[in-house]
Amino acid sequence: MATRRSRAAARMMMAPAVVLLLGWMLVPLTMTLWFSFRRYLPMRGGDLGWAGFDNYVRFVSSSAFWPSIQATLVIVGGVLAATVALGVLLALLLDQPIWGQGVVRVLVIAPFFVMPTVSALVWKNMFMDPVNGLFAHLWRLFGAEPLAWMSEASLPSIVLIVSWQWLPFATLILLTAIQSLDREQLEAAEMDGAGPLSRFVHIILPHLSRAVTVVILIQTIFLLSVFAEIFVTTQGSFGTRTLTYLIYQRVLESQNVGLGSAGGVYAIILANIVAIFLMRIVGKNLDA
Amino acid sequence: MGRIVLEQVAKRFGDAEVIPALDLEIEDGEFAVFVGPSGCGKSTLLRLIAGLEDVSGGRILIDGADATQMAPARRGLAMVFQSYALYPHMTVRKNIAFPLRMAGLDKAEIERRVQSAAAALNLTDYLDRRPGQLSGGQRQRVAIGRAIVREPAAFLFDEPLSNLDAALRVGMRLEISELHKRLRTTMIYVTHDQVEAMTMADKIVVLQAGRIEQAGSPLELYRAPRNRFVAGFIGSPRMNFIEGEEAGRRGAFAIGVRPEDIALSREPAPGAWEGVVGVAEHLGSDTFVHVHETGLAETITVRVSGETPCAHGDRVWLTPREDAIHRFDAQGLRIA
Repeated sequence: MATRRSRAAARMMMAPAVVLLLGWMLVPLTMTLWFSFRRYLPMRGGDLGWAGFDNYVRFVSSSAFWPSIQATLVIVGGVLAATVALGVLLALLLDQPIWGQGVVRVLVIAPFFVMPTVSALVWKNMFMDPVNGLFAHLWRLFGAEPLAWMSEASLPSIVLIVSWQWLPFATLILLTAIQSLDREQLEAAEMDGAGPLSRFVHIILPHLSRAVTVVILIQTIFLLSVFAEIFVTTQGSFGTRTLTYLIYQRVLESQNVGLGSAGGVYAIILANIVAIFLMRIVGKNLDA
Repeated sequence: MGRIVLEQVAKRFGDAEVIPALDLEIEDGEFAVFVGPSGCGKSTLLRLIAGLEDVSGGRILIDGADATQMAPARRGLAMVFQSYALYPHMTVRKNIAFPLRMAGLDKAEIERRVQSAAAALNLTDYLDRRPGQLSGGQRQRVAIGRAIVREPAAFLFDEPLSNLDAALRVGMRLEISELHKRLRTTMIYVTHDQVEAMTMADKIVVLQAGRIEQAGSPLELYRAPRNRFVAGFIGSPRMNFIEGEEAGRRGAFAIGVRPEDIALSREPAPGAWEGVVGVAEHLGSDTFVHVHETGLAETITVRVSGETPCAHGDRVWLTPREDAIHRFDAQGLRIA
């Protein structure tokens, strides 16, 4: 990569990929921006002309807007907390030398390979069904009234399902981080009189901070757009209508592309606010 | 204060016997060096003493108390690791204070001890830096600082200088020796470098395949090595071994002569070994001459004080000092 000639060649060879990616991003973004300023009702007359900022005003002044932001943040925050906490514990367990380590590790990754739609359906029908679900049987075993998960505990249910899907990802990244910890540091701490809990707090956790940062950043990006899990379970009812789901309803159920596009622009803004926020809080971990 | 006794201590990993039962006593205030080729079990022995490995048999006594089953932290020993094992996310101050914090000392006392350790090790200006911002030698000193603040009964060093460059190694060697003279605390030091062993130790323990080949003061080992292994391991350049007729004439299976005990002449001398110079290493203060074609051994190394005009292909005659010849029997043991 040293000479001017090789750098120029590298640019030439990277150009197709860069142009493709730029187009991939720019075309939909421009179309979204364009439609957000149009009155576009496909089933009720099509493109009815310029709308100014009407769509933007209507989207935020709708009574569904702020609850959807709240639901989005609760799901993202809840899943992050669950996956990071359980991921650290699982990674610590998997780091122990056990018989059949390879098989166990593959099993732990397995949920990540299940499609979101499928896993949400399995959870909804197999575990959370108030009549035939495994949880219902478990509840009845202890003489309790089965819980109608989807209506009575809708948000926790979705957090549970999404956490189950993302736990393998967090575990895997945290496990590799734990494995890169210098054993001599733990031994030194042991000689210095640190018990298991102190070693965890003072040595292992600080070592994991960078991996936790990576997990939080990557998961947040994907969790902001959770959709399938809501679509196949509650259909956005019982307070589970996230911003993504609200946009979907505006575009497809209300057949109002202009209004939905304005929502999409808000979603872009929200994602960027969260990203900047995260970068500032946890991003400094990446420099150190 | 720091007398460490090993009684029949053994270590097995599965079926592999790393250390067959051995006995060893290290007196209070002694600087003991475990030396041997890599894989000889010296680090394992140190970790057994530290408590980082469980013994498979025998007892470890520290100041008369049975420490065999004690947790590492309760043995009152401090260890300096080969990788230094500093905590990368903590400042130097926090690194040194860590064992004191774990012991639950109050803040003023911790600060006082950290300051005095930092002053003793020239680290005062670096207390607020992270280990990543320090040079190798400074990291080494932080690791030592973390060990001395605990005021342990004994220090354990696991090849602490092997990650430093040659010049720094000599400097740190002196610093550790001076630290020992000042503190008068027992130190156990593991190295594969016989020069470190010779220069620092009160007692050298030479290990091979988990067995103690010989333990004694550096000069004892140099003057009267118990067997061929110790003879070859202690001393630099290493001893020349000659088998066959020349050894038989002196009533031994093999004889050993150190390079410094051979006189080199460019004229034929009665009884001298004749040979041809292969390589002459001119160090200024000494010259190491490697002589071939003697018919006795593949190479005989001779150390000549000062400069000597030797070059490849010169014909030379070697005369060993008869009273400095070590004799060994067929088992490799010394014949007194």
